Amino acid sequence: MVKYVGKSITRVDGTKKVTGDLKYVDDIKMPGMLYAAVKRSIYPHAKIIKIDTSKADALTGVKAVTTGKDFPKRVGLYLADKTFMAVDKVRYCGEAVAAVAAVTEEIAREAVKLIEVEYEELPVVENVLDAMKEDSPLVHPDLGDYKHIPIFHTMPGTNISEHFKLRKGDVDKAFEDSDLVFESDFYVPHIQHCPIENHVAIAQIDREGIITVWASCQSPYAVRAALTDAFEVPAHKLRVISPSVGGGFGAKAGTTLEGIIIPLAMKTKGKPVKLTYSREDEFNNSYVRQAMHSKFKTGVMKDGRIIAVKNQFAWDGGAYTEYGVNIAKSAGFGAVGPYDVANIHCDSYAVYTNNPVGGPYRGFGMSEIHFGIEQNMDYIAEKLGIDPIELRRINAQKPGGRTATNAVVDDACGLLECMDKVIKDIDYYTPSEQPKEPYKVRAKGFACGMKAPSMPNNAASSALIRINEDGTAYLSVSAQDIGQGSDTALIQIAAEILSIPPEKFTINTGDTAHNPYEWQTVASRITYSVGNAIIKACEDIKQQLVQLASIKLGIFPRDLKLEDECIMSTIYPDKKIPIKELALGLNMPDGSGVHGPIMGRGIFVPENIRNFDMNTGLADNPVVFWTYGCYGVELEVDMETGNIRILQVASCFDVGKAINPDLVKAQSEGAIVQGIGSALFEEIIMKNGKFMNPSFMDYKIPTSNDMPEMKVSFVENPQKDGPFGARGMAEPAMIPAAPAIVSAFYNATGVKINELPLTPERVIKALKGKNN
Amino acid sequence: MKYQIIFTLNNEKVQHEVEANKTLLKMLREDFDLTGAKEGCGQGECGACTILVNGKPVNSCLMLAVEADGKEIVTIEGLSDGEKLDELQKTFITNGALQCGYCTPGMIMTAKGLLKENPTPTVDEVKVAMSGNLCRCTGYKRIIEAIMEVVENNKN
Repeated sequence: MVKYVGKSITRVDGTKKVTGDLKYVDDIKMPGMLYAAVKRSIYPHAKIIKIDTSKADALTGVKAVTTGKDFPKRVGLYLADKTFMAVDKVRYCGEAVAAVAAVTEEIAREAVKLIEVEYEELPVVENVLDAMKEDSPLVHPDLGDYKHIPIFHTMPGTNISEHFKLRKGDVDKAFEDSDLVFESDFYVPHIQHCPIENHVAIAQIDREGIITVWASCQSPYAVRAALTDAFEVPAHKLRVISPSVGGGFGAKAGTTLEGIIIPLAMKTKGKPVKLTYSREDEFNNSYVRQAMHSKFKTGVMKDGRIIAVKNQFAWDGGAYTEYGVNIAKSAGFGAVGPYDVANIHCDSYAVYTNNPVGGPYRGFGMSEIHFGIEQNMDYIAEKLGIDPIELRRINAQKPGGRTATNAVVDDACGLLECMDKVIKDIDYYTPSEQPKEPYKVRAKGFACGMKAPSMPNNAASSALIRINEDGTAYLSVSAQDIGQGSDTALIQIAAEILSIPPEKFTINTGDTAHNPYEWQTVASRITYSVGNAIIKACEDIKQQLVQLASIKLGIFPRDLKLEDECIMSTIYPDKKIPIKELALGLNMPDGSGVHGPIMGRGIFVPENIRNFDMNTGLADNPVVFWTYGCYGVELEVDMETGNIRILQVASCFDVGKAINPDLVKAQSEGAIVQGIGSALFEEIIMKNGKFMNPSFMDYKIPTSNDMPEMKVSFVENPQKDGPFGARGMAEPAMIPAAPAIVSAFYNATGVKINELPLTPERVIKALKGKNN
Repeated sequence: MKYQIIFTLNNEKVQHEVEANKTLLKMLREDFDLTGAKEGCGQGECGACTILVNGKPVNSCLMLAVEADGKEIVTIEGLSDGEKLDELQKTFITNGALQCGYCTPGMIMTAKGLLKENPTPTVDEVKVAMSGNLCRCTGYKRIIEAIMEVVENNKN
């Protein structure tokens, strides 16, 4: 019987967060600390002719100045296309061209103003569809020289840095066989993650040459890898510490400002250098969610079966796509959403433009593609005269069916169950009660979604557990609790197996010098992957305890079990020994010691996740799991002002097993409100390559006033290789938000909108279009 | 140019010299090491820097430190009494009304200010009062519930 797993125990990090005791990177103050400021490009695309830093160098209080020329090596997670500061040309407005470290922030900012940069402007690539044309100016003329992971298909001589092709079945023939063929286009704009904590990092280099970086980052080991690569230092001499992260959502998955301050710290003789992004920097210079144009051609039979899909995703990757190429690939894996389609022809392109750098954002491409996929389902249902829910049921991926890449759908695909739950929770088939005001109208909408962790096949996790002499324990991992609650859930897993109560654990994270390897805290993979490593570490400990108890109690190991913090006989329950008495090993009657301290080691890498075929994109086991689910939404449209109010949202996902149900629900709630933002308010406005609205005044994110009534739930079809059956859910939980809202909007007004967000302006324009 | 100011900080009288152009947030964080209030935007739009000035919630990034002269300032650090937490701090924990925690001190101080003025607001009043404090993680539901739990207790 489980004791801790599946229980909504209170978060372990509550007290330090409600008291202000928790130190985030910006709260760290060190003796002699210097402050950095960055000179940024004022052009979206320009050659750097000359940088004159002499006046900045001469300013009193300035301790170091650096430019991109100091470290011209290109690096990147999947495609080595970026330098941390521009070298010969700038590729977006705001790109770092030089940096300064000074004794105060004011002096650093003053010094930056004194840096003179001479540019020669180049033609600007503003639009992704134009960027794909043969005659487009090139953002990266040297793309052919860039190193990349072999699964990506770059197209040197163009702006396309990744072309993922999916070719399944025979689409041409299937279109001929189709009763009806539909075509539609969709667009989602750039948006930004908006963690409340802006990016911040501190770098210090001691006399032994050891570089320590304190960074608000999701993935200390990935940051270390990028930095050791860029600066050619050995891994044991570069320590990344991430004490706490004030929200990530993907924005802090990569390496950004850390690479700007290390070259400064190399010149400051041991003094630490801190760089804190302003909110404007955060919007413009961390990562943005890529804008994306999608085109769909869908062949269906009169009975509702979708037999052919030909689609194209064009991702506006911005100036660098070191991370973006993998989003394009992932979109191809999920090409048709949670539906089983026999014939698919999908092209997904990561494309360079002179826009801000695209990167991972909660959902990793899936929210963007589902916006089109799910609206398409509604249109098809309407044209065929089939209930939209029924159309989804007919086509849904079901156990034994096939995913887009032709992998067999797992037995644990609970999409239909989730649909039943949401339809009931939102009372989908009962029409909305209409408000008294004649100019307001209410309706309901529905959408499905799915997502798989997108990561290298061998993305690994590890865990170390040390048992203290009093029977308490340290759990050391490098999963970052960025708010999602991993510290709590991971302790629950260890507590369950070791029978040690959660309050007797302390979890250590965020320090590459002390905690073991973790690929990244991304992809909704932590509970699954780190959870599995922890289980192995616990089994390791259990084996050691049983071995020692066997000596002590004189009982065969096979007759011993771990329960209630004791190793006990399965036959004689009174024959037992507490864990704490074995924690440092055994003391024998003659005074000698046996074994020594109990320490558990657990490592995990998913089994048999294999590459796809480069020509067809097909793969029988390309991802660790798919998480399925859906949303039901009820909203109210004010036809006079164009304002939309979300009244209620029901969501349900197949989470495999909720290690902590309350934390799972909290993820769903946060995802709903973030999803509402992306559907109704959020849009980066670019004009001539400039980011026009980099503030919360001009870029609205949801407030407490925008919160709808929420009915969140989950179903649990266990993941066969997940810890206690768990699979990831925090990103999937956002994906159906925008299409469900647009679906309800259509049901309310009869007006189609194929672009996000549904701002009052866009709504009014669309409503007028209908009336004309 | 520095100014001499005298004010009450978390129930203690303090005298301090501060630059004319320094914000109250910077003074608290840099000069007094009270880092609970955070800078999320520096423009009064996110509420992460909220503290109480004479009992009212204020964005400390928009107030100059010199304006604190003669005022009573309470930060998140002054809300608990050692290990004894304020009611709001307790209900934020028990309701799971926090995730990354970066907005949490500001949230709690805004709620504290609201409840000082009106100990029994309605849910809608709470939602409006909290709408100047941005949270990107929680979806606000549990934050509102945590505050309403204190409101319910206030009614009894």
